[in-house]
Amino acid sequence: MSAFTATAPVLDIDAVVMDPSVHIVVCTGSGGVGKTTTAAAIALRAAEHGRKVCVLTIDPARRLAQAMGIVELDNTPRPVEGLKRAKGEGTLDAMMLDMKRTFDDVVERHADPDRAKAILENPFYQSLSSSFAGTQEYMAMEKLGQLYAQAQADDTWDLIVVDTPPSRTALDFLDAPARLGSFLDGRFIRVLSSPARGAGRGLGRIASVGFGFFTSVLSKILGSQVLNDVGSFVAAIDTTFGGFRERADATYSLLKDPVTAFVVVAAPEADALREASYFVERLHADGMPLAGLVLNRVQEVSLPAVSREQALAAAERLEEGDASSRLVGALLALHAERQAARARQQLLTARFTSAHASVPITTVPALAGDVHDLASLREVGELLAQV
Amino acid sequence: MVNWSGTTLHVVSGKGGAGKTTVAAALAMCLARDGKRTLVMEVEGRQGIAQLFDTPPLPYEERRIAIAPGDGEVWALAVDADEALVDYLASFYSLGRAGSAMRRMGAIDFATTLAPGLRDVLLTGKACEVVRRRIKRAPNAYDAVIIDAPPTGRIAQFLNVSSQVSALAKTGPIHRHAEMVMGVIGSPQTSVHLVTLLEEMPVQETIDGIAELRAAQLPVGAVFVNMVRTPMLDDRQSSRVRKNGISKARIGELAAAAGIRQPAADIGAGLMQEARDHLRRIDLEAGEQARIDELGLPVLTLPYLAQGVALGELYALAETMHEEGIQ
Repeated sequence: MSAFTATAPVLDIDAVVMDPSVHIVVCTGSGGVGKTTTAAAIALRAAEHGRKVCVLTIDPARRLAQAMGIVELDNTPRPVEGLKRAKGEGTLDAMMLDMKRTFDDVVERHADPDRAKAILENPFYQSLSSSFAGTQEYMAMEKLGQLYAQAQADDTWDLIVVDTPPSRTALDFLDAPARLGSFLDGRFIRVLSSPARGAGRGLGRIASVGFGFFTSVLSKILGSQVLNDVGSFVAAIDTTFGGFRERADATYSLLKDPVTAFVVVAAPEADALREASYFVERLHADGMPLAGLVLNRVQEVSLPAVSREQALAAAERLEEGDASSRLVGALLALHAERQAARARQQLLTARFTSAHASVPITTVPALAGDVHDLASLREVGELLAQV
Repeated sequence: MVNWSGTTLHVVSGKGGAGKTTVAAALAMCLARDGKRTLVMEVEGRQGIAQLFDTPPLPYEERRIAIAPGDGEVWALAVDADEALVDYLASFYSLGRAGSAMRRMGAIDFATTLAPGLRDVLLTGKACEVVRRRIKRAPNAYDAVIIDAPPTGRIAQFLNVSSQVSALAKTGPIHRHAEMVMGVIGSPQTSVHLVTLLEEMPVQETIDGIAELRAAQLPVGAVFVNMVRTPMLDDRQSSRVRKNGISKARIGELAAAAGIRQPAADIGAGLMQEARDHLRRIDLEAGEQARIDELGLPVLTLPYLAQGVALGELYALAETMHEEGIQ
């Protein structure tokens, strides 16, 4: 088989997941590129090669979740049965993120029971924890931090593989927690929880006039009840734990640590590769460790030596023949189509590699079937590891 | 035949990667045929429409971005919730300089962040305002408005403005605004379409999404099955491949005779392998297609375009939609 990318260095997934100094693998990329499947396949492969793995998935397909035994949404990692260990005594636990439950846990862990109850029942908290844009990303990061802390403390796992939420853009995974943190720690919300205090701190006359006008407009359009709920929520969380931003920052810094390896997942399509490009640039700018790019759904051809043009010309010659000739003609036309799709994918990928020449890449062929059992996950893992 | 002449608001949703932006743009193009004017609206700030039409990023302002066959016009608008809120407040209060001060302080962003429902109400509200121009016979009215909406997982929540707002305000301007929005979205002039691929996850999401929309009493329109590959083998040919009704050696011989210069055994094995992969995919797709057909909704099929989608392909997809009877 001819190489899909002629120039890019090869991403050796086994070298990444078998590296004992790597403890976190983050799979990221735009929606619909097979991120969850990739995360699950990497986790299974690492476990079957001796590592003690926990995989945190966000929104797996139902049958994939069933195959991994995570039908129960209880926010706790559960052992995956049916491993075929190739090497060592590895284990695999899997869980699906329940963002509300994770948020509730944070509250319950940090507040005394009465105050926790008050927070959990606050209507603003309820909408924040279940439908706020960014909560899922924040909680994915929070859960990652928790799992990592647990792994450090009791040696349950030595590798955590994380899938990232299906965000608007892949960058949201990195940005949303800080955004939510600075929102919750921000000055407006402070003013709402205590308008008099906010104005009295000498924010300046214009600012306080602005705030006064602002809160009055806000209470008109949102209703004063919403503002009261927000105020009492902020007052309650203030006394129980430190800033949300600091919490988010702590996990964020974990992502910069060399124990982490980012695996960017894409398909050889313009949008997905553009997203991957943005993400790679951002990781570089923030000094985050990038392992490489997984390119899913690559068009395979079984006869690489026969070009599209040759196949089409031969197909045309066979058009006038008997049924067998026409069948072979159709097979050649099919081959020509595959070559064309592959050539287009290579062109799009070349745009990526010319901008990011040093990023290692591994490819996974477009699979004829869907992935929803351990056997096919194992197969994906093998394809990922082929160098 | 899908007669959408009574539908003025088309909401296009679908799983990420299924091509909802492409379908929204092609639908806007198709509905603009023969002298009509349509508006395609972007609400997620991704500038996907601008990329498709190969134009600079869209501002919060209606712009003509393409001409449709028969003197039609396609316009586009990227709605921004923060801008929409300033707009909206300005129509109730004389904000003057306070409006820009609030924006500078980040107050606008804060308000829409504080109440995520508010953001959706402002976005859908802008769409409904545009739709209602037609009722008012305003000169800047459109024959149809197409929203490139959030993905299937969020669509019911996005459109279900009343439930979003009931948590916010029981009276007052936002409440009245929401009632206006619901008056448009809940009416027969609105249709919510879902875009899917013939793969397990997108189809499952489509089925779940439709159940959710129906539960919220939102008007479900059609299912767009996108990127469908043309079968390359007819029924007899498929069955010969499946039953090994032709030997690899024979395939190799015939291909070699037609000019393929490779060892005949390799050709036979290679072509057979590709044909089997192809049939396996076709079978899976047929299973997914059956699940979509069971939904009992109009189904529109759009072809897979190996070269990708740019402006020229949008015209082709709009033409396909027209041929499938959309009017």
